Amino acid sequence: MSLTSCPECEAAIELNDVLVGEIVVCPDCGVDLEVISLEPLQLELAPMEEEDWGE
Amino acid sequence: MKIGVLLSRVRIEEKWILEALEKRGIPHERIDDREAVFDFAHPENWLSYSAVLERSLSFARGLYATQILNAWGIPTVNMAHVAATCGDKLATSAALARAGIPQPRIKVAFTPESALQAIEELGYPVVLKPVVGSWGRLLAKINDRDAAEAILEHKETLGSYQHSIYYLQEYIQKPGRDIRAFVVGDQTVCAIYRTSSHWITNTARDGKGEVCPITPELNALCVAAAQAVGGGVLAVDVLEDPQRGFLVNEINHTSEFHTLAPTTGVDVAGLMVEYTLAVAEGQIHPPFPAVSAPQVPMGILHTSPLGIPLWRAAAQ
Repeated sequence: MSLTSCPECEAAIELNDVLVGEIVVCPDCGVDLEVISLEPLQLELAPMEEEDWGE
Repeated sequence: MKIGVLLSRVRIEEKWILEALEKRGIPHERIDDREAVFDFAHPENWLSYSAVLERSLSFARGLYATQILNAWGIPTVNMAHVAATCGDKLATSAALARAGIPQPRIKVAFTPESALQAIEELGYPVVLKPVVGSWGRLLAKINDRDAAEAILEHKETLGSYQHSIYYLQEYIQKPGRDIRAFVVGDQTVCAIYRTSSHWITNTARDGKGEVCPITPELNALCVAAAQAVGGGVLAVDVLEDPQRGFLVNEINHTSEFHTLAPTTGVDVAGLMVEYTLAVAEGQIHPPFPAVSAPQVPMGILHTSPLGIPLWRAAAQ
């Protein structure tokens, strides 16, 4: 279990079993966050969806 | 032997893929498309990959990365020519038409005036789609001439040049659902109905999944459709027309399967990894069609006795 805070609203966020590059949602403000490192756990605002994104 | 996994964000699908690689003990590396640099004079580092599984969120990044890798002789899942066809709805329709695969009626026009004429010929409602795009974005169901004129004006005024390629599809009165079938090589491995009260049934737009039986007819159609766009690991979206039966709507080359896998219980990530492993080990040989502009240093651009540049002759 790792603890960090939301870069948008500073809410405390607890995460388990995540990978670098994974997107998580802040439980308080709902913003999309990208896991950019695990040791220490760091989050930043996820990139905005672009026109050619998809499957 | 090493497999590269080209990705952007790690969605649940990429987590499952990385887990499947770990579980099988397959040497692999993650390649973040935001950090990748391709040097045409120095492909050495890339040549350590026996195959690359392409999972970019961005169609353009995935397409151009695989074009370069294929030009260097590195097979990708899927191959660049498959991505180029599947990532463009018009190119997909052309490939399906060439192969005689049933699909909805399509009209294409290049100006608002000719698009309006095409819409009136198809009859309302009609669906206008961007040729490049996913997740149901910017699809328009046009119910009458007033809406057609408004949308065409907006497209012309606000859109990039690609939005002036007017790709028009007849509206299929489907039974509140469509089918997503997953094809690996020459087999349809699982399928779901995507049900929604909205006319857009993408699960990215809250469509719900239920198991769809893979009949011989559905399997044959989906495999033929997948082969028509070049084959590989592909998700085929199928509509059910009350009169004509199955119609192939579109084909996805970097498919999400967050609904498909848990609904059907099929280990889609595992199958994808095993297919990529077979490609890496040379058990499956995806075709390398001649690419349009491989970067060849001037000094080695010799020609064969037939006058064909050697790099092209080798690719044929």
